[in-house]
Amino acid sequence: MRANGSTRREFLASASATALSALVAAPALAQATPRVAVVGGGFAGATAARALKKADPRIAVTLLTQDRTFTACPFSNLVIGGLRNLNQQQFGYDNVAADGIEVTFATATQVDPQRRSIGLGSGSALAYDRLVVAPGIDLDWGGLPGYTQAAAEKMPHAWKAGEQTLLLRRQLEAMEDGGSVVMSAPANPFRCPPGPYERASLIANYLKTSKPRSKLILLDAKDTFSKQRLFQNAWKELYPDHLEWVPLSQGGKVTSVDPSEMTLTTDFAKHKAAVANVIPPQKAARIAEVAGVADNTGWCPVDPVTFESKRVPNIHVLGDAIIAGGMPKSAFAANAQAKVCAAAIVKLLAGEPPSQPKLINTCYSIVGPNYGITVAGVYVPINGVLTDVQGAGGVSPVDAPRSVRAQEALFAEGWFNTITGEVFG
Amino acid sequence: MIAMLTVPFSALAAAPEPPPGASSCSGCHATRRADTAVPPLVGRPASDIIAQMQAFKSGQKPATVMGRIAKGFTDAEIQDIANWYAQQK
Repeated sequence: MRANGSTRREFLASASATALSALVAAPALAQATPRVAVVGGGFAGATAARALKKADPRIAVTLLTQDRTFTACPFSNLVIGGLRNLNQQQFGYDNVAADGIEVTFATATQVDPQRRSIGLGSGSALAYDRLVVAPGIDLDWGGLPGYTQAAAEKMPHAWKAGEQTLLLRRQLEAMEDGGSVVMSAPANPFRCPPGPYERASLIANYLKTSKPRSKLILLDAKDTFSKQRLFQNAWKELYPDHLEWVPLSQGGKVTSVDPSEMTLTTDFAKHKAAVANVIPPQKAARIAEVAGVADNTGWCPVDPVTFESKRVPNIHVLGDAIIAGGMPKSAFAANAQAKVCAAAIVKLLAGEPPSQPKLINTCYSIVGPNYGITVAGVYVPINGVLTDVQGAGGVSPVDAPRSVRAQEALFAEGWFNTITGEVFG
Repeated sequence: MIAMLTVPFSALAAAPEPPPGASSCSGCHATRRADTAVPPLVGRPASDIIAQMQAFKSGQKPATVMGRIAKGFTDAEIQDIANWYAQQK
């Protein structure tokens, strides 16, 4: 009894819970089978669930996710550009369940951090010792005047892969040669920093090959962006007549859109579009707000060693939803964070101190067929922030020959196959 | 009270934790079968992984991303990661 009691106190010390929640949660913590619930079945959530089960099969892991099929965002710009099919982006959870993970297709609607319980849309509840929230993003409806959910049916965002991806693709296919494609990119932070520029490249590639009298205008709320020189050099070389980037300082910030007129308005001009792709401002998905782990920026501050929320104990947050210091909102980062978080949770459940982690990110962008570019980084927690290791990381060489671009395009595809294999295979 | 009699959860029985940085590698270096040109690390001799990482780090071996990544690791960290992957199956 005594030994067990001290173990319990260690749990509580690490949990920094209130006296009330300690009383409620204590019986669960004395069990030899800790329960971890994971909300979100994307790159972060599914990785965390599998890594936890692999690290210690005694942990009862439940993965809560809304859809039976996951549609991956990385490489979905190739679908929009007509170089890939959407079904190559889609994955199920059979192999995740086969690891011994309880996969539940439901919507988490409530989180009670005091009772350590999640409310499901079905009305049932799920108790946890530790919770992992990996919900991805929500589009910030209301963040761009005129851009509503109804507007997105005419002016797709395609920033969550699936039907929206196909809608944008169909619109591009149906557009007459000579029509103008207008894209809008948001201010930082948002999911996949190089994503708008990869997409603009691949749409320009489609226009160049199939609608040569058409042109894409990319209206940007920023003056600088990820892999900027690499993209701009490639655009000059590959798409001089089919892609025009309008930065913030030249009136690129879209201030409102009108889906009935198919117009995007900036401080300087009104752009009429045959096809409009509006990438609106974003925030951590709703469950993060419900759980209390999002702050007033809309994103979630976390401890960079354990990925535990800085706002709510026993809840860890991963992936695009978090404020991750130098780490971008990428699938690679989400997967890397999830593995570190899982290792930390195993330690915390045992009342042991977590190890200081080191993380890597690599983001591939495809600019055209056989033309890939990358940004990479290595990160460590310094003063509570994931910080770039000096002297490491950076982008592909600006002066690299085309053979290197081809090699990076090949490795990009290998990366997609490997990471989706680790997460869903 | 029944729960109180069970064995407390301990990390000792868990699989050994990978050293810092190691878990990120499997984003590109497959730990299960995958269609990729990137070589696997699992089960490779540690001396081989160390030699490759040092060659990437010094710039001696041409690379796409590995030069940029290797520069973020100390010799001791590279050794730990290499030993870890050499022991994995």
